[in-house]
Parts: sequence; C-alpha cells; structure tokens
Amino acid sequence: MSAAERRGAWTEATLRPSGRGVAPREGGAQGAQRSEDRQSVVVLADAAKTYPGGVTALDGVSLSVEYGEMAAIVGPSGSGKSTMLHLIGTLDRPSGGQVYVDGHDVAALSDREVSALRARRIGFVFQQFHLAGGVSAVDNVADGLLYAGVGLRERRTRAAEALDRVGLAHRLDHEPHELSGGEKQRVAIARALVGGPALLLADEPTGNLDSVSGAAVLEVLRALHEQGTTVLVITHDRQIAESLPRQVSMRDGRIVGDSS
Amino acid sequence: MNRLVPARLRLVDVARVGGAGLRARPLRVFLSALGIAIGIAAMISVVGISTSSRAELERTLDRLGTNLLTVSPGTRMFGGEAATLPDESVDMIGRIGPVTSVSATGNVTDARVYRNDHIPSGQSGGIAVRAARVDLPATVGATIASGAWLNEVTAKYPAVVLGGKAADRLGVGAAGPDTQVLLGGEWFTVIGILDPVPLAPELDTSALVGWAAAESYLDFDGHPTTVYTRSREESVTAVRTVLAATANPEQPDEVEVSRPSDALAAAQATDRTFSALLLGLGGVALLVGGVGVANTMVISVLERRAEIGLRRSLGATRGQIRAQFLTESQLLAGLGGAGGVLLGVAVTSVYASSQGWPTVVPAWATIGGVAATLVIGAVAGLYPAIRAARLSPTEALATP
Repeated sequence: MSAAERRGAWTEATLRPSGRGVAPREGGAQGAQRSEDRQSVVVLADAAKTYPGGVTALDGVSLSVEYGEMAAIVGPSGSGKSTMLHLIGTLDRPSGGQVYVDGHDVAALSDREVSALRARRIGFVFQQFHLAGGVSAVDNVADGLLYAGVGLRERRTRAAEALDRVGLAHRLDHEPHELSGGEKQRVAIARALVGGPALLLADEPTGNLDSVSGAAVLEVLRALHEQGTTVLVITHDRQIAESLPRQVSMRDGRIVGDSS
Repeated sequence: MNRLVPARLRLVDVARVGGAGLRARPLRVFLSALGIAIGIAAMISVVGISTSSRAELERTLDRLGTNLLTVSPGTRMFGGEAATLPDESVDMIGRIGPVTSVSATGNVTDARVYRNDHIPSGQSGGIAVRAARVDLPATVGATIASGAWLNEVTAKYPAVVLGGKAADRLGVGAAGPDTQVLLGGEWFTVIGILDPVPLAPELDTSALVGWAAAESYLDFDGHPTTVYTRSREESVTAVRTVLAATANPEQPDEVEVSRPSDALAAAQATDRTFSALLLGLGGVALLVGGVGVANTMVISVLERRAEIGLRRSLGATRGQIRAQFLTESQLLAGLGGAGGVLLGVAVTSVYASSQGWPTVVPAWATIGGVAATLVIGAVAGLYPAIRAARLSPTEALATP
C-alpha cells in the first residue's frame, strides 16, 4: 500500500465516527492515550473549538496527516487555520472531538505530558521568528533542546549541525540583529528541527519575508521533507500552498477541500 | 518512548535561563539590585559599627582592667549633712585579702583654682580641688601627659597636678617650674598634667595636690572621699560585698561602692537602642528594595509574554516557567545582597578605622543579609512567576 493510498483510507475513516481507526481503543492502559495507527502523526476526529464567548473557530474538523508528509493548511484569515495549528501543536485543547498527535490523545494528557510531547516531538516555526535578542544563532537553536533534557555541550553540537542543515553553517556566532529576515527564519527552522521532531509546524513562515527570502525558506522546508521530516505549513497564501504536495483548504472553521 | 515525562531542567540550565533574562537588561538589573544593596548595606554597617565599637570597648576594658572598685560616702539617712568616710578606711580596705592596691582622694571643699589673681572668683571652671595619695596613678591607671606625678617630697609643698580637662580649662598647655595657678589663695606650681582617665573621669576635671600640702595650706580635714581599690579579678565580686562594711563599719549603708567599668559598659548599652532604630530604618530600605524587585519582575513578565509563549512551545512546563522567573528574581535580589554586604563591610571598615577601632562584622550579619535577600527574591518573584506560568501558550504567542 502506498503512502497516498493509506492516507486516503484514513481520511475516509475519520469521516465516519464509527470507523476502525479513529476512536481510541477502549481496553488497555495504552488505549486511552494512543491511536491505533502508527502511520498518522496527526489525526483530528471531528475536532471542534469554541472559545469562551461563543465564537466557534473550528467546527468539527477531521483530518489525518501521515509521517513524512508535507502539507499546507490554507485559508483566509478567520478561517480557523490558526486554531487548527494550536490544536495540532498541542498548545490548546479541543472543546469537542479528538486530537491525536504522534499517537497520543491530547485531551487525555496533563499539562506536563503535553509539554514533554512538545519538547520531544513537535517543532514550531513562527511568522515573527521569536529569536532571543543578543544571543548567538547557535545558542538560539540550542534552546530548542533545553526542555528535552540535553546537556549544554551536546545542545551546542547538535545546534551547529542543525544550522548546517538549513545552510547557515557560516552564521553560528551571529546574533539575530546581524541576520537578514530569511536567515532569521532559517535559524528558527533549525531550532524547530534540532530535536528531531516527528512534526514540524510552520505558521506563516514566509509572512514577514520578501518573495526571494520566502522562496529560500520554503526550499529549506521542502529539503527537510525530502529528508523525512513531516512538515505542516499554515498559510493564507494560495500560491505557496499550491507549491506543496498537499493542500487542506479551510473556510469558516471547516475543511472545504483536501487535495489528497 | 510511550511515557511522556518532561525532562528535568538541570540546575546549571535553570541558572542560565534565569541569568539570560537579567543579561538582556543590565541597567534595570543594576537599579533594582541597588535598592536591595542599599538596604542590606545599611543593616550590615549598623551591625558592623556597633559590633566594632563593642570590640573597642572590650579592648579598652582589657587594657584598663575591670577590677577597679571605688568607694565613696553616700548620703546620710537622717539630716542633710554629707556623709564622710572614716580616716582609717583606706588602711582597713587595704587589709582585705584579695585587694592588691588601694588609694584615695579627698575633696578640699572650700578651695577653688584660678589661672591667676585677675579672674573673678565666680569663674572657677567647675574644677574640683582634691587631695591625692601618692599611689593614686598606679591604682586608677592614670598616665602623665606632661611633667611628673607627685612624690613624697612634692606632696608636702604647694605643687599641683592637673587633670586633662582641668588643664584645658585653665589654659595650661605644659607643666613647668614657671607655670603657676592660684589655688585656694596660694600660688601652686603645676608640676604635671594627666592624660584622660577613663575609669575615673572625675579626675579629669580635678586639680590634685598632695595630702600633706592640702592639710597645711588649704585647711583640708583629712577625710578621704573616694577610695580606689584594685583586687584580683576572680575576687572582685566578693570584695565588693564586704567593701562598704570595711570602709565604714559603723554606718555601712552610708557608703556607695561602684565599679567604673560597669558604667562604661552601660553607656554602650544605651547606644544599642539607637542601633535598633537604625536597624529598623535599614529594614525599611530593604523592604522598599524588595518592592522594587517585585515591580521589575511584574514588568518583565508583561514584556516577555512572547518569550514565555515560545518557551512553552519548545516544551517548557508551567513549573519550568515558574522556576525561570523565580530564579531570575532571586538572582536579582542576590546580586543586590552581595553588593550590599560588600558595601556594608566597606562602610564599617572606613568608619571603624577613622575612629581607631578594630573592624568587626559578625558572620551572622553577613549570612543573615544574604539569606534575607534570597527570601526577598522568592517573595518578590512568586506572584510574577505564578502569573507567567499561568499564561496560556496561545495567548502568550498572540502577543506581538
């Protein structure tokens, strides 16, 4: 079975609540925390998010993303894609349905467990880069391993390797203010991937960049995907989305199209 | 692999993360640490200076000895007449076993001393004329600043030794055969001037003449008014209890016995209430410094919402965020505390050396000062740290 076929089967299954793969196994200690299928890094099953005050940002969304996939979640502002990012990134919890990340039922995890999941399995890239000022690139990247319990010396070694992977081996000791926007975003990508995450989430990674730097950043993400990293890009830019293997289109808190 | 247990942050990393927040804003750190430093420095120097002055007192008492007892007549129970000591009291006290030396002075009540015969008689300068026994300096520990003390010969002639303050008031700078003062209507030659006598300050304002000279020139009645006695250290208390009865066996209740070294220590004790007041002021300064640290931390948390959000997305638990801000606050206060201790020690040593005292800062004060800053850091940082930890990651990241 090819990856595409499996994904197809999954999408179908998630749409049917009684489907074989989605619902957590009832018996067994592991069942409460892990979904059955090890092929999906992200599974949303009828996930909904209503904020206090009655705003429904996400209205019963089902989606599955496999290990090694690269996909865009695309939609205009207010379509719920940021909320989707928060749910997939375990930064927030669904108010309805289930979210599985790397096999864990997010709703069943404590804050500490969710933190550990983020520390080891999820890497984030933000539109505003969020680099620490006055701190060298290599130390900014090394912070990506801080909460995974890695010692300082190894953090720095692995940070240098990660910077090499995004093509910034010559910028190790530069501070953020000495870097261009595209370089900053590549440092942020290096920080996200330094821990070897199962899932790399990029939230409008090119939003603050000119088209040339933006293209370079996308190229880095694409290269990472080719090396086996799962990459999810959240964007409002159709053109960027078209350039990725899979597009999930959002509107008004629902998925209105999935190219897979 | 299945179990999701957050990694423990190593202590080094906790300190690094806390310190990173401080390094980014050096001026603010300096100013809020300064508040703590001033408070700690104030408290350390108050404690240090009063301890140093006590060390100086102990040094003085070691030098002067605490075994000097003075005996003087008290007041009569009936009748206003001043009590006197019997003439034999000096010899009787000398016969008490542990007493090592004994001496006496007697007030020459009617005599006044003037620089010359042009001074109006009212301006006697508060100087008392006393007859002194030749062995007085050895017993009270007096030393000669200029000239010589009375001897068996000069004690019979019109010669006078002035106390330090008395010489100042009379305007006598140095003793010599040509220096004369008018004492009880007779010209007396100033043969010596005393250094200040800490254990017998009444001698500082006295003009001291020989016992025989006082009787022959000044109508002195020969009664001793103050008997000075030294005894062996271990027996001072025992001697003290029998002294009154020995000096005046008929009327022991009319005798006053005192220990001058106690008076010096008592003067020190009154200083202590003043020290407590200053210590309180230092405490207020410290409190204000603590409020400054709390304020800095609250602002820091507000400003760094994005950083908090990022750290949460990197996998920091609530506890780790809390620890980060608590560490930062404690480092901030601890920095101020260390600076304050150094400042306080410096102030103490400058003041003590200007007074010629030994510099003594007790260990409990420095340890207590540093411990106090850690407590202040914890208290001041607790609320901001809890707020930082409660921030939801999505809300924190939404901040531009």
